[in-house]
Amino acid sequence: MTATGVGPVILKLDNITVGYEHAPVLRDVSFHVHSDQFTGIVGPSGSGKTTLLRTLLGALRPQRGTVTTKAGLRMAYVPQLETVNWNFPVTVFECVLMARTEGRQWPRASRADKTDVAAMLDRLGIAEVAQRHIRQLSGGQQQRMFIARALLSNPDLLILDEPTSGVDVSTRHDMLHLLADLHEDGISIVLSTHDLNGMAAHLPHLVTINGKIIADGTPHEVITSDVLERTFGARLEVLEHLGMPIVIDDYHRVGPRAVS
Amino acid sequence: MSTSLLFLDTLTGPLQYAFFQKGLVIATISGALLGFVGVYITLRGMSYIGHGLSHAIFGGFAAASLVSASFIYIGAGIWGISSALAINWVTRKHRIGADAAIGVITTASFALGVALLSYYGSSGPSFDNALFGSIYGISPDQIVMLIGVSVATAAFVFFRYRSLLFTTFDPEVAAASGVNVARTEAMLMLLLSLSILATLTVIGVTLVAAMLVIPAVVARMITDSFGRMLVLSTGIGASCGLVGMYLSYFAGVPSGTMIVLTGATVFCLALAWQGWRSLARTAGLDDHHEDAPEAVASPTRST
Repeated sequence: MTATGVGPVILKLDNITVGYEHAPVLRDVSFHVHSDQFTGIVGPSGSGKTTLLRTLLGALRPQRGTVTTKAGLRMAYVPQLETVNWNFPVTVFECVLMARTEGRQWPRASRADKTDVAAMLDRLGIAEVAQRHIRQLSGGQQQRMFIARALLSNPDLLILDEPTSGVDVSTRHDMLHLLADLHEDGISIVLSTHDLNGMAAHLPHLVTINGKIIADGTPHEVITSDVLERTFGARLEVLEHLGMPIVIDDYHRVGPRAVS
Repeated sequence: MSTSLLFLDTLTGPLQYAFFQKGLVIATISGALLGFVGVYITLRGMSYIGHGLSHAIFGGFAAASLVSASFIYIGAGIWGISSALAINWVTRKHRIGADAAIGVITTASFALGVALLSYYGSSGPSFDNALFGSIYGISPDQIVMLIGVSVATAAFVFFRYRSLLFTTFDPEVAAASGVNVARTEAMLMLLLSLSILATLTVIGVTLVAAMLVIPAVVARMITDSFGRMLVLSTGIGASCGLVGMYLSYFAGVPSGTMIVLTGATVFCLALAWQGWRSLARTAGLDDHHEDAPEAVASPTRST
């Protein structure tokens, strides 16, 4: 993976306070996205991960602070699978084609549209399920479908909300490789995750938040007992295995309820 | 006379009457239009808005009829569009609970309509006809209006197909992808209110909502493709309008009643054909589409 954060800044949040109905979720947060970013946002439930992503997207307006985007910046978003209406009547092809909202939007796909969607589905390894209903896919295929939709708009910045939530180990592994490939192709990536060992430890750059930014750096700098205690409010053991930090979930000492 | 000839004679018999010809055309187009718009309304979980809006328009219908018979559709149209935009605004902004706001606005408007028609009478359609639909007294203006609204709706969907589909499926991601969701939703509400207004005479205030929902739900039970659902729902709506109009003529009951009963029969047939499991596909159609609340205070976004 290439170094992160040395390219030009394409999106800046400066001293923003943002939340819902006057209740701030994030206070005085500054976060810069570079053109070669590959960052994981880590934090407990309710810490403001999704709020931060929605602010980056422009879906949430900050109560204070400034958001600055590079002119012509193209962003694409991959939602959490749990938030999707899986009963919605769309096939994989129809879902991916939604992203083509510029220019002609007629119901019938043009030859170029069909070629582009087929190529994108092929690139992501889900060409054979193009005519299936979205509910009939596996978790990994569903995630790939939304990434295909996002990539069809040729984004500079790809934002993913919990991309490995609810998927198995093999799918998570494939997802990491896919995202690394996209990053190599020049797409800036920001994602949220609560999966410290399976996802966060494999990313080149991490930010931990809990209402504010707690730490920012490489996994070795961020995945430490001190930082995790300040982020999650509980002391977590961190070991090193094959040069990577591994967080030990010790439910005898941490977690919402002690297990005897 | 053979059975087929008797059947043909039964079908062509009512067509000798000009009022029935007009009624048949307007009922068929009305069914198609409501079936078409209904796909977007039900998939957005907005059936309750369709129901409320038809009642709100009734208030405008009654108030406008006090002014002048020729002002009915313009007045009711203004009232309906205002109600639609107000409902859209309330739904998006969450100033108060959307259900509560719609319940108050639309039922109050309906009650006002009932009070005005009861006290002053109507210079337009009668009270019963407005509520349950009628094939009598359909003016050429109404046919022109219905065709105009149908063409405008079809054109909007044709030229904004993907934006509409995207905002219906996932408004937040659509917005992030550059779709103007607020404008698209406002246009849809505008077309919904015009569709209800244009079909009010034949279907009736209390039954319009059913024709927004039934064809779309039946189509959803049959297909998993959005494009096919749109075509099927339009066809089912048109068929219900056509068949319902004949049944209304022969049974001597209000047209809206028979159109909706035809739709209900089609629903039962689809259920028998597809089985109970097909109902699972319609799960979520009654979920209210509500965006996450917007953060407040003024933004500072520059490029």
